[in-house]
Amino acid sequence: MKIATRTGAVAAAAVLSIALAACSASNEDPTPSDTSSETPTEDAMELSGTLNGAGASSQESAMEAWRAGFQSTYADVTVNYDPVGSGGGRTQFLDGATSFAGSDSLMDAEEYELAVARCDGDSGAVHLPMYISPIAVIFNLEGVDSINMDADTIAAIFNGEITSWDDAAIASQNEGVSLPSTAITIVHRADESGTTKNFTDYLAKASSNWGHDASGDWAGAAGESGNGTSALVQIVQDTDGAIGYADASRAGDLGTVALKVGEEYVPFSAEAAAAVVDASPLAEGANGENDLAYELDRTTTASGAYPLVLVSYHILCQQYDDEAERDLVTSFLKYVASAEGQEQAASAAGSSPISAGLSSQITAILDEIAAA
Amino acid sequence: MTTTQDAPASAGSTDLTARQEQAANTIFRGLSTTAALLILITLAAVATFLLAEAWPALTDASGELAAKVSWIKPDDGESLIQIAGFLIYGTVLISAMALLIATPLSIGIALFISHYAPRRLASGLGYLIDLLAAIPSVVYGLWGAIVLIPVLQPFYQWLADYLGWIPLFAPAEDGTVSATGRVALSASIVLAIMVIPIITAVTREVFLQTPKLHEEAALAMGATRWEMVRMAVFPFGRSGMIGATMLGLGRALGETMAVFMILSSGLTYSLQILNAANHNTIASYIASQFPEANSQGVSALIALGLALFVITLLVNMLARWIVSRRAEFSGAN
Repeated sequence: MKIATRTGAVAAAAVLSIALAACSASNEDPTPSDTSSETPTEDAMELSGTLNGAGASSQESAMEAWRAGFQSTYADVTVNYDPVGSGGGRTQFLDGATSFAGSDSLMDAEEYELAVARCDGDSGAVHLPMYISPIAVIFNLEGVDSINMDADTIAAIFNGEITSWDDAAIASQNEGVSLPSTAITIVHRADESGTTKNFTDYLAKASSNWGHDASGDWAGAAGESGNGTSALVQIVQDTDGAIGYADASRAGDLGTVALKVGEEYVPFSAEAAAAVVDASPLAEGANGENDLAYELDRTTTASGAYPLVLVSYHILCQQYDDEAERDLVTSFLKYVASAEGQEQAASAAGSSPISAGLSSQITAILDEIAAA
Repeated sequence: MTTTQDAPASAGSTDLTARQEQAANTIFRGLSTTAALLILITLAAVATFLLAEAWPALTDASGELAAKVSWIKPDDGESLIQIAGFLIYGTVLISAMALLIATPLSIGIALFISHYAPRRLASGLGYLIDLLAAIPSVVYGLWGAIVLIPVLQPFYQWLADYLGWIPLFAPAEDGTVSATGRVALSASIVLAIMVIPIITAVTREVFLQTPKLHEEAALAMGATRWEMVRMAVFPFGRSGMIGATMLGLGRALGETMAVFMILSSGLTYSLQILNAANHNTIASYIASQFPEANSQGVSALIALGLALFVITLLVNMLARWIVSRRAEFSGAN
């Protein structure tokens, strides 16, 4: 019996492998003609090699999707992305170890200078906003899904000044919601993070009572802390009356806060997050008009905009010394900025797709990237 | 006849063996010397690396560090030196509490295995204790954060309600303790569970080496079993117990993941081990700040690592000194 089964298995395996080989053989032939008919760009077929990037871990799951999508078109290209963090990513890029960097924060003046030395020519490097992610203020209150708050209230809560959920400051903005007298447990990030930086930037600019500057390292003294988004969300989930902040895609079943913008309360949504980027001016000290480094307008009153967002950039040279490297970078980033790439990221990472106008602006900039 | 035939043959074989033995000796000595040198070189390399990488942060006089590293805030009383002070305090406090919990338990377990348990149970229990040492710290961290802490939190509130007059168990101003239980005591308890196998394994070996004659002499003089343990086993094993404790302390000082996942961090010199945001350890701090650190930040973090290296070195030297002072009782001779 045993022998018979084993022979059977071997036979099945043999048949299977032959069938697979036949499959792959039959697949190989039509593929080139297929792609050439689909992609009219003449260099599409020639693109091969390895593209290395490193940087913000916030982009990691989106990057997985972009890499898979890009490599399904360009099978000969390998895209590597090391999620070492924004600072590490910029350092690696400026050292010339990678072709582009992912970063949640903008380069400072010194890094702009280093970029001029790192890149070919003297035009330095530019930022392109590729990943917009709304940050949700999440809370755990039985039976409450959404609460309205203005920035001052949020700041007071995270400063430890409002300690119970039925405080008048919260209740006055939420008529009709029955708030329990549960004590508020503040949960913040223990590690330095882009989420914290954007959240405190919002509090510093939009509220009058936060009392700290924007910082990736939590400035307040009160509250519990968790390392990384997962730990923070876990703590909020486990603790009745807890409030924290996290990437909106991780909010899950937790309640979320609708922010007061102008005269209305705006819950987070993909469109609302993209809207605030379009409503924001470029940062001072940007490297020319191709450098899309935004100074996010946290105090915007634009209708339907959600100002608590994290914008993650790709940083790349305006001129590369190697044409192959230039081609790899620009075609990959064009894919990332395309509607398809943004959709991929939205479904994989829960990010908000950039607006169509911004997408075409980025594509135009990528067309101008030069090679020596 | 037989002797004359045998003599040259045996002479030849001794010759060969002698030469082989000599060669084996040389090779073996070479190998073990290399191994010993390697450990010295590694230690020197680590020390050099720490010093060289930390140098920019240690010698920063212009305040550039504060401008470049977001978690260094001299204006808020958090310069690198001050942070190091908070962290050393937190590290030592948490490790010391872990040892306070773990040492009596470990000695009890070791004593049970070596002198009280039936042989079969003893070997099984010893095996289980060794198994406990093999569980990765990240698993302890997850288990502590998700399973243990929610169970402990009501107990903490009870401690604060009834023993709050002890500074260690004092609650916050409003009479409550941390609602999540992510406090220094939780970290200490999980660390204690992690160092128990280490202390137990070493003390068990030492207890087992108590000379049978001492034990039998004590029993012959009419001592009960407990008196025998006190008169024969403990004096003999004292330096071994101290050495084991120091080994456990070394593990507790350097433990990263468990603390990283369990503790709500903060920087103070507070004694209140039931309130969140009061303590942090060096290793956990480095782990949480490293991912987003720029080059100056990395340098400052490595300076903190240097501080931990120095503390660990001091602990080991202290252990060495204690063990050597009582060398005549050492379990090793």
